Amino acid sequence: MIVWLTYAGIGISLVAGLICIVVGFAGKRPSDLTLGVTLLVELYLIVQIVVSIIAPLTGNTATGSVLEYWVYLVSAALLPPLAAGWALLERNSRWSTVILGVVSLAVVVMVYRMDQIWNVQIA
Amino acid sequence: MSNTAPSRSRGLGRVLILVYGLLALAATGRSVYQILADFDKAPLAYVLSALAGTIYIVALIALLVPGRVWYRVAIVTISLELAGVLVVGLLSLFDPILFEATTIWSFFGKGYGFVPLVIPILGLVWLYINRPSGPRAAKAELVTNAAV
Repeated sequence: MIVWLTYAGIGISLVAGLICIVVGFAGKRPSDLTLGVTLLVELYLIVQIVVSIIAPLTGNTATGSVLEYWVYLVSAALLPPLAAGWALLERNSRWSTVILGVVSLAVVVMVYRMDQIWNVQIA
Repeated sequence: MSNTAPSRSRGLGRVLILVYGLLALAATGRSVYQILADFDKAPLAYVLSALAGTIYIVALIALLVPGRVWYRVAIVTISLELAGVLVVGLLSLFDPILFEATTIWSFFGKGYGFVPLVIPILGLVWLYINRPSGPRAAKAELVTNAAV
């Protein structure tokens, strides 16, 4: 993993999560803002996937379990689209916005764990 | 506004369902991986994670599927889950070596932001709000009868 990219990803996901939770609790349904930030989180995860494929080719390899890393990364990348789909299906309530936030915060935790696996854990 | 009857899978229930889904994924995925990869390291802790995973999956289903039977299943499962996180949390304080592997209930779910501790409490409160004789259930009756 590339340090600044990881920090950027955690930052984007944390901000997205907080925005969606606050806006959701304020009673707003999913909107361009909340869906937009969720999309940004997904874009970061797609970039992370590409980087994770290329990095070992340039000598940047994981110290920990590659399998565990990829399980986290793929699961994380599936979450925002699934949450957005669910939120759009039932767009009539604030809770749909809140779940967008919960998913982004889950991504924060998962990216943090991925960083641990790549840089700290010994396989 | 939709005119569907309020049930425990709507409203705040949606957030609970998502979190239980994530916890089920985390606990089951992690424990399958750990049991396959390092069972000798801490078999008790990993088996507990697998148990936790199963409980989360059942709780998830019980929150999603409507009906009184699943309502009761939800109460039992979520209570078991709360008991599990409290007992394992306490035991891991007294014997951290035995529970050293970060499993979902160790140290009251500390490794997962204490979500495993908070969410069953929220779940039980939500189930109470949605109890069959309660206000939300009465509202559901009203909507269903109005639609007939």
